[in-house]
Amino acid sequence: MSEGKPDEQQYSFTVVKWFSIAAVLYLIVGALVGDFIAWELAFPALNFDNPYISFGRLRPLHTNAVIFAFGGSTLMATAYYIVQRTCHVRLWSEKLAWFTFWGWNTIVVGAVVTFPLGLTQGKEYAELIWPLDILIAVVWLSFTFNFIMTIVNRKVSHIYVANWFFLGMMVMITILHVVNSLAVPVTLTHSYSIYSGVHDAMIQWWWGHNAVGFFLTAGFLGIMYYFIPKQANRPIFSYRLSVLHFWALMFGYVWLGAHHLQYTALPDWTGSLGAAVSMAMIIPSWGGAINGMMTLSGAWNKLRDDYVLRFLVVSLAFYAMSTFEGPVMSIKTVNALSHYTDWTIGHVHSGALGWVAMVSIGAIYHMVTRLWGKDIYSVSMVNTHFWIHTIGTIIYICAMWVSGIMQGLMWRATDDYGNLVYTFAETVSAMHPYYVLRSLGGVLVLLGAVLMLYNIVKTISGAKQPVTAAAAARV
Amino acid sequence: MTFQEKLEKNVWGLIIMVALVVSVGGIVEIVPLYYLDNTIEKLSQEEDSIRPYTALEQEGRDIYVREGCYLCHSQMIRPFRDEKERYGHYSLAAESKYDHPFQWGSKRTGPDLARVGAKYSDKWQIQHLKAPRSLVPESVMPGYPFLAESIIDHTLTERKLRALASVGVPYTEADFAGAAEAVKGKTEMDAMVAYLQVLGTMVKFQEGKDYRE
Repeated sequence: MSEGKPDEQQYSFTVVKWFSIAAVLYLIVGALVGDFIAWELAFPALNFDNPYISFGRLRPLHTNAVIFAFGGSTLMATAYYIVQRTCHVRLWSEKLAWFTFWGWNTIVVGAVVTFPLGLTQGKEYAELIWPLDILIAVVWLSFTFNFIMTIVNRKVSHIYVANWFFLGMMVMITILHVVNSLAVPVTLTHSYSIYSGVHDAMIQWWWGHNAVGFFLTAGFLGIMYYFIPKQANRPIFSYRLSVLHFWALMFGYVWLGAHHLQYTALPDWTGSLGAAVSMAMIIPSWGGAINGMMTLSGAWNKLRDDYVLRFLVVSLAFYAMSTFEGPVMSIKTVNALSHYTDWTIGHVHSGALGWVAMVSIGAIYHMVTRLWGKDIYSVSMVNTHFWIHTIGTIIYICAMWVSGIMQGLMWRATDDYGNLVYTFAETVSAMHPYYVLRSLGGVLVLLGAVLMLYNIVKTISGAKQPVTAAAAARV
Repeated sequence: MTFQEKLEKNVWGLIIMVALVVSVGGIVEIVPLYYLDNTIEKLSQEEDSIRPYTALEQEGRDIYVREGCYLCHSQMIRPFRDEKERYGHYSLAAESKYDHPFQWGSKRTGPDLARVGAKYSDKWQIQHLKAPRSLVPESVMPGYPFLAESIIDHTLTERKLRALASVGVPYTEADFAGAAEAVKGKTEMDAMVAYLQVLGTMVKFQEGKDYRE
C-alpha cells in the first residue's frame, strides 16, 4: 500500500474507538440472545409461556443484533478508520460521524425495546418498525455521505480497493432497504408492506440475500482488503484479481435472492436464474479468498505466532467454504432437501461466525492496539479466543449439517407401500441432541467474546507503554 | 488511462457505475413478475373462492406476525410427493395474493401451515396454542396461554382494513363499517384460531390439473 506514516493526531479516531467498543459489546449481546433461543429450541420450557422472551419474538432480536448492531458497528468503525488511513485525510465531518454513532445506537436500543414487545413488520432481517426504518435510512445516508466526502478530500490519487467495497455496500444497501421497507402505516408501530404474496417474497429475498451479499460480504471484504495486507505487512496479492472480484461481486450477488424460493409459487424461471448465477458466483468469491490468502505468500510463518492474523486468515477459509456451500445448496436437487431445514441455519452461521465474526474480531484487535497506542494486554488470551471461537463455530456447523440433512431425509422417507415413514413430531424429537450440541457451540463463541471484551478493557486501561515494533509485529 | 483507472480516481464515476451494475439483477428478476400474466395462476370460477381475510382473520394474522410464527412455520407447500402426503396440494401464488406481508417462511422447525385450516377442531387449536406439549409431547413450540386473556383493540381494525385496501386488497365499504363490530370483545385466541382455520381452504383444486404451466 502506498500510505506513509502520517501523524495519528490528524485523524478523527475517537468515533472509531467508540464504534469498536460498541461492536464488541453487541457481539456479546447478539451471541447471548442467540444462544438463549438455541437453548429454547432444545428445552422449550425455557419460553416460560412468557410473551417477552418467546422464541418468535427473540429470534429477530438475535438476527438484528448480530447483523446490524455488531456488524453495523464493526463496519462503521472500520470504514471510518480505513477511509482516513487510505486517503490520508481526516473525516469530512466529525459531527456527522458522531450523529451516525448516536443514531445507530438509538436504532439498536429501539430494536431491544420493540422486538420483545412483538412490534415487527414480519419480514426476515427487515423486521424493525417503520419509524426505525426511516431512522436507519437517515443514519445510513449520513454514513455514506461522510465516507464519500472524505474520499473526495483524499490526498492520494487512487481510491484504495477496500473503499470500493465499502462504496458498493453503501449504494446497494440504500437501494435495498428503501425498496424492501416500503409500507403503509396504520399506527406509529404498525404497518403493512405495500407488496403482497409472490411479489413480496421476491423483493424480500432480493433484500434478504443481499443483506448477506452486500452488508455481510462486500463490507467485510473491504475490511479484509485493508487489514490482511496491514497485519501481514505485505501488499495485496493481485490487483487484477481485486478488480475482477469487485465487479463480479457487484454484478452477480444481486441475482441470488431467488434461489431462496425454489419450488415455491415463485415462477420457475426466476428461481432457476438465481441458482445459475449462484453457481457462477463461486468464481469471484474464491478469487477474492485466494487473493486474501495469497497475500501471505512468503510470510506464512507469521501465522505461527501472530494470532490476529490467524483470525483474519481462518475467516477467509470459512468465506471460501461458505461461498462454495451456498452455490451447492442453490442447486435444485440439493435445495429440495436442504430448504426449510437446519442446514440453512448452519450455512448462515458458517458465514456469520466463521467469516464475518472472525474477520471483524481480527480487525478490532488490530485497531485497538493502534487506536490506543498500547500493547495488547494478553496475547495468550487472544490465542485462547481464537481456539474457542473456532471450535465453537465448527461444533455449531457440524451439528446443523447432521440435523439438517437428517431432517430433510426423514421428511421425505417413504416405506415400500408409499406411506410416509415418520410423523413430523418424530423428526422434531430426532433433532434434540443436535440442538443441545449447537447450543454448546454457541456457549463457546459467547465465552470467547466475553474474553475479548475483558482483554480489550484491560488493554485500554492498562500500562501506558507505546506499541513497540516487536509488539506491533506480534499482535 | 483505462476505464477502471478513471473510476479509481473519480468517486462519483465509481458510485454511478456501481449503482448501474447492482441494479441489473434486481430489475431482471423483479420487474417481469409484475407484467407476466402467468405469475399468478388463473383459476376457474368454481376453483376460485380466494377472498380478503375477514376482520377477525386479519386480526389473527397480525398476531401470527407479531409472535414471529413465520420463523418456525412455513406457509408454502412445494410440489413434492412427501409434501402432498403430509400437507396437501402445493401452494399457489394466487393463495397469498392478499398477504401483506407474505408469510411463506424459510424454516420448518414446526410443520408447514399453508393448509392447516379445517384440519383440526377449534378446541384442538386452542388447547395446542395454550400448551403445545399437552397434545404433542415432542413439540418445541412456546406456549401462548396469554392469547386467551387479551382482548383485541377493535378501534384499530377499520384502519387496518383501510390501510390494506390502499395497497390493493379489495375490501368494501361494508367491510369497513362492520370491522369494529366483528372483532369487538373477541380475544386474541379467537382471532388466531379464525386465521389458522381459514389457511389454505380458499381454492377447490381439481384432481390432476397442473396449476404451474
